[in-house]
Amino acid sequence: MTLEELNKIKKEYEELVMVRKVVKEQGEEMAKHTGYRKQVLVCGGTGCTSSGSKKVLAALDKALKENGLEEEILVVRTGCFGLCSLGPIMIVYPEGCFYAQATPEGVERIVKEHLKDGNVVKDLLYKETVHEDGSIISLSETNFYKKQMRIALRNCGVIDPESIKEYIAVDGYQALYKALTTMTPDDVIKEVLDSGLRGRGGGGFPTGRKWMFAKSSPGDIKYVCCNADEGDPGAFMDRSILEGDPQCIIEAMAIAGYAIGAHQGFVYVRAEYPIAVERLRIAIEQAREYGFLGKNIFGTGFDFDMEIRLGAGAFVCGEETALMTSIEGNRGEPRPRPPFPAVKGLFEKPTVLNNVETYANIAQIIYKGSEWYSSIGTEKSRGTKVFALGGKITNVGLVEIPMGTTLREIIEEIGGGIPNGKKFKAAQTGGPSGGCIPAEHIDTPIDYDGLLAIGSMMGSGGMIILDEDTCMVDIAKFYLEFTVDESCGKCTPCRVGTRRLLQYLEKITQGKGEMEDLEKIDDLAKHMQKSSLCALGQTAPNPILSTMHFFKDEYIAHIKDKTCPAGVCKSLIRYEIIPDKCKGCTLCARNCPVKAITGTVKEPHVIDSDKCIKCGVCMSNCKFGAIITK
Amino acid sequence: MAENSLEFKGTPAQEEKLMAVIEKNKAFPGALLPVLHEAQEIYGYLPIEVQQMVADGLGVSLSEVYGVATFYSRFSLTPKGKYQISVCLGTACYVKGSDKILEEVEKKLGIKSGECTPDGLFSIDSCRCVGACGLAPVMMIGEEVYGKLTPKEVGKILDKYINEEGGAQ
Repeated sequence: MTLEELNKIKKEYEELVMVRKVVKEQGEEMAKHTGYRKQVLVCGGTGCTSSGSKKVLAALDKALKENGLEEEILVVRTGCFGLCSLGPIMIVYPEGCFYAQATPEGVERIVKEHLKDGNVVKDLLYKETVHEDGSIISLSETNFYKKQMRIALRNCGVIDPESIKEYIAVDGYQALYKALTTMTPDDVIKEVLDSGLRGRGGGGFPTGRKWMFAKSSPGDIKYVCCNADEGDPGAFMDRSILEGDPQCIIEAMAIAGYAIGAHQGFVYVRAEYPIAVERLRIAIEQAREYGFLGKNIFGTGFDFDMEIRLGAGAFVCGEETALMTSIEGNRGEPRPRPPFPAVKGLFEKPTVLNNVETYANIAQIIYKGSEWYSSIGTEKSRGTKVFALGGKITNVGLVEIPMGTTLREIIEEIGGGIPNGKKFKAAQTGGPSGGCIPAEHIDTPIDYDGLLAIGSMMGSGGMIILDEDTCMVDIAKFYLEFTVDESCGKCTPCRVGTRRLLQYLEKITQGKGEMEDLEKIDDLAKHMQKSSLCALGQTAPNPILSTMHFFKDEYIAHIKDKTCPAGVCKSLIRYEIIPDKCKGCTLCARNCPVKAITGTVKEPHVIDSDKCIKCGVCMSNCKFGAIITK
Repeated sequence: MAENSLEFKGTPAQEEKLMAVIEKNKAFPGALLPVLHEAQEIYGYLPIEVQQMVADGLGVSLSEVYGVATFYSRFSLTPKGKYQISVCLGTACYVKGSDKILEEVEKKLGIKSGECTPDGLFSIDSCRCVGACGLAPVMMIGEEVYGKLTPKEVGKILDKYINEEGGAQ
């Protein structure tokens, strides 16, 4: 592959892809040159696939054939658009019409009315993209996308992840060419250092410094690893990047290999992500075929190749030393540091390990320069961060924002607020290693240091929104159960400490807690932070400490008053029927598995608390909202 | 060990496949994990007999294979049901009540998470995030994903599978 050949492919496919990125009029002009009147993009990410995008695609193919349109309409299966709760998502270009929650029946209409006759099917559009007067606004103008800035996710939902040519069309492999032909390895490292990029996997260590250490470590054999073992339950940006833009990871790893002097890369990816694994596999094959992997890349004499290793469901393998131990074929237990991986890592050789989102920024930094990148974000946290917005929020999905955006902007503007008229209580970031941000800190700018200062952490980017119906003690217990499950057992502070912490929380949620338990928790937590071998144990107490700090009242209510204010903890709640609201329909009584509800037809019913097993069936069945928890 | 009470029913064809996998991977460092992945794919689980074959094939001790097989939650030493049910207990699903979904599945099938029904039809597991957080709470039956669930719907979905199998029972 030469630069001329690369640019030839780029030129050939550029307009085809640009139709999806420019404004309507320009796109229409461009579409004329591409051979396709319109393009239909269908999301093939995990979220939309789960909501049935395969059926939508099949219906689309069928309807296009039936209407004789298959020659003039291009169907592209892309990666994630971000708005997962509206899936399956379908976008028609050059108009940029955003069809949400597409169904096979809806597709038939869209093909006939829109693609064939040219009339947009307004009632199937995402409602935020239709003005009251019926005019259509572009997707980038909606609240969800307006405040976002997409660098790591730049190609997700834009290109076909299984087409290397489309990746080349969006400047793909230009950065690798630039690095290999115009920069020394030190230049590359300096560029990454100057960009201010910090590790997006959780730790926030400056990426350039990691590379510098690995380069300066002596040795002929070195390795580049990619951590795609996204373990934080509720974070899925790494998966989406691999599903939507796998080539950008390959390019970045090759650049990293050049910078530190490595010729072999490993991607360690969760086996639970079959779509991501498959697309990465295809991408690696294509990259080899085009000469971006293999011997003598771009004729520069630089060799680099990579392979995929599957994880097997162990959260601790997201920790860097444990990940390497796992690639070596062992139980994925962490090793003490130092020596750090940059000195002695995989197979005892100097190794650079970054996570997927970190790599997703690299090609852009090299191609556009560190000055551009470092102009985004805050002083100590440059660039953007992707968050997986989930929980009690209207727009569940992936959002990429410049560092320094406030939590309020994310929740109220991008996220569309809390559904069902409920009140925002807290945002949980950093997963099992992180903490909660309560409503009083909603204006905190989100960056590494801002979150640390209020006792949470960036983590890998899971952001779970909690509303007033969430019990904070229960959430802390949920995370502790997770870490107890996932503690590898190698070091005592984590293996025993997490279990003891969980026991305290169980005691408290069962109404058997004592005030002195809180002091004991605090004491034990601090010991664990200091003495655990790896980050899993060191950060395991964070969910408790942060909820105890911000929501101490709730802990005290559980302990002293024996009540759960949010009405979640089973041992502390009682189900009751409000007589005024009960119509005596008998539905609850008929569904109660232990016959704890009595009453005559058309008369208010009563729950016998002694018999009640608190299963909640009555409440979910009641059509009048007459059953409450106390 | 409970897993030994189940009779191992490996076929020569399966063994041949496994040997080919071992042969292909043997020379590479760190071969044990990829081999176990493929072995589980072939047999559906990793009984002690299969672990022994892997150990012999790769020239490592059985205890090492057992250690790795039991460390990772994806490897199972017991057979799974024809329909593998996996209820997501990731954070996004949990705050939307996935614990109640799991309870309902357990109640309906009369087994606990990690177990398999005596007729071998269903097994239940919980998992941490399948990445379909937009559809929370979520459960998977085989490859099929069911999202935005309520306990009531769970019953209906399971009934569908049970009825389909009804003729055979």
